Amino acid sequence: MNKAEDSEGSAGYYRRMQSAVEELLVLRGILTPEGIEEQVAAMDSRTYKSGAKVVARAWVDAAYKARLLDDPRTAVAELGFSVGPMHLIVIENTPTVHNVVVCTLCSCYPRMLLGVPPHWYKSREYRSRMVREPRAVLAEFGCALPAGIDIRVHDSTADMRYMVLPLRPAGTAGLGEAALAELVTRDCLVGVGLAACPTSSG
Amino acid sequence: MAESAAAEAIASLFAIGDRVRVRKQHPPGHVRTPHYCRGHVGVVLRLCGAFPNPEELAYKRNGLPAQPLYRVRFASRELWTDYIGGANDVVEIEIYQHWLEPAA
Amino acid sequence: MNDPGHRHHDLGGRPAGRCEPDDHQYEAWEKRVDALVQLLNGRAKVITTDEMRRNIEELGPTAYDEYGYYERWMHGVTQTLLQRGLIEIDELGRKMAEIEARERHG
Repeated sequence: MNKAEDSEGSAGYYRRMQSAVEELLVLRGILTPEGIEEQVAAMDSRTYKSGAKVVARAWVDAAYKARLLDDPRTAVAELGFSVGPMHLIVIENTPTVHNVVVCTLCSCYPRMLLGVPPHWYKSREYRSRMVREPRAVLAEFGCALPAGIDIRVHDSTADMRYMVLPLRPAGTAGLGEAALAELVTRDCLVGVGLAACPTSSG
Repeated sequence: MAESAAAEAIASLFAIGDRVRVRKQHPPGHVRTPHYCRGHVGVVLRLCGAFPNPEELAYKRNGLPAQPLYRVRFASRELWTDYIGGANDVVEIEIYQHWLEPAA
Repeated sequence: MNDPGHRHHDLGGRPAGRCEPDDHQYEAWEKRVDALVQLLNGRAKVITTDEMRRNIEELGPTAYDEYGYYERWMHGVTQTLLQRGLIEIDELGRKMAEIEARERHG
């Protein structure tokens, strides 16, 4: 075994490398400690909830949905979300098509809108199997698709980043935008889940 | 895209709806065309624009002239002989032009 | 026997086990690696994502499989900085040793 003797194993080695590289780059004036902390805070503040808000707006406003599908960067900016230079593409689920996103080569994910990807998205298992057996993998996520639906798997190999626009669940006609946003999970936005129907009435 | 990069883009060879085959090449180095689609035939869905070639950017070269990038759709049952799923299931991938050739 | 024409990180379609949906919380140092990469590759364009990815892909199968995600990122960004001459190996080695000593005695 080549693991470090340190009880943290390789994580300790790379953690020390991270501290060292940071200190050296600060000494060189390439970075500042404040800049790093700001960036950590910026990523912490990006969560799937921004995607949920975008979805909820698209569900209640057909014109917004059309703008979102046509020019996602501008449409999400209408709601106050800036994705910077990221090439965002929104793909719409329909009653006959279910979309799901993967990056088989690394871990490309719409981070500027949704924050850091979940651990499973970067795993060997997900990256290997989603393009080859999407239905089996979706079943492992508890995503029960209707019979006869077509699946589109999107492999993010270049600069485009994908977010799924899930189907609005049945029985939600009376819900306002905020309540609708609550139904949208991060899994829906990647495509490994469906937006949940509300379980309580009223 | 910067003015200079736009001027230095290679012309697009393919249009939406064209059938294309991914070259069956396996070079070492930083390649963004996944192994599983090489040698397979798909249909061009979208012209994504032209971008500096990441295979060259990976070696700190400028990747110019910019390569046209295409979104290509493959039938899952064509990619995998043992595919279990719907006849219309697909995988969509962005592929650079230099990896594509026309297919019948 | 590994097929050298099918690079190890190129995972699409390979056999693999069950997906385990989890809610892994990132440690502080991992978030700082993320921040470091975003800052260096962002407006500053001190390095490119492409160079970093290439360095990660060149880790070799064992390291690629054994090391965690942010460990691989740290490897990738450091190799890129070394290749560009933005840091030097000797100063990095001294600084890492200094940090290790700080941790032992701090």
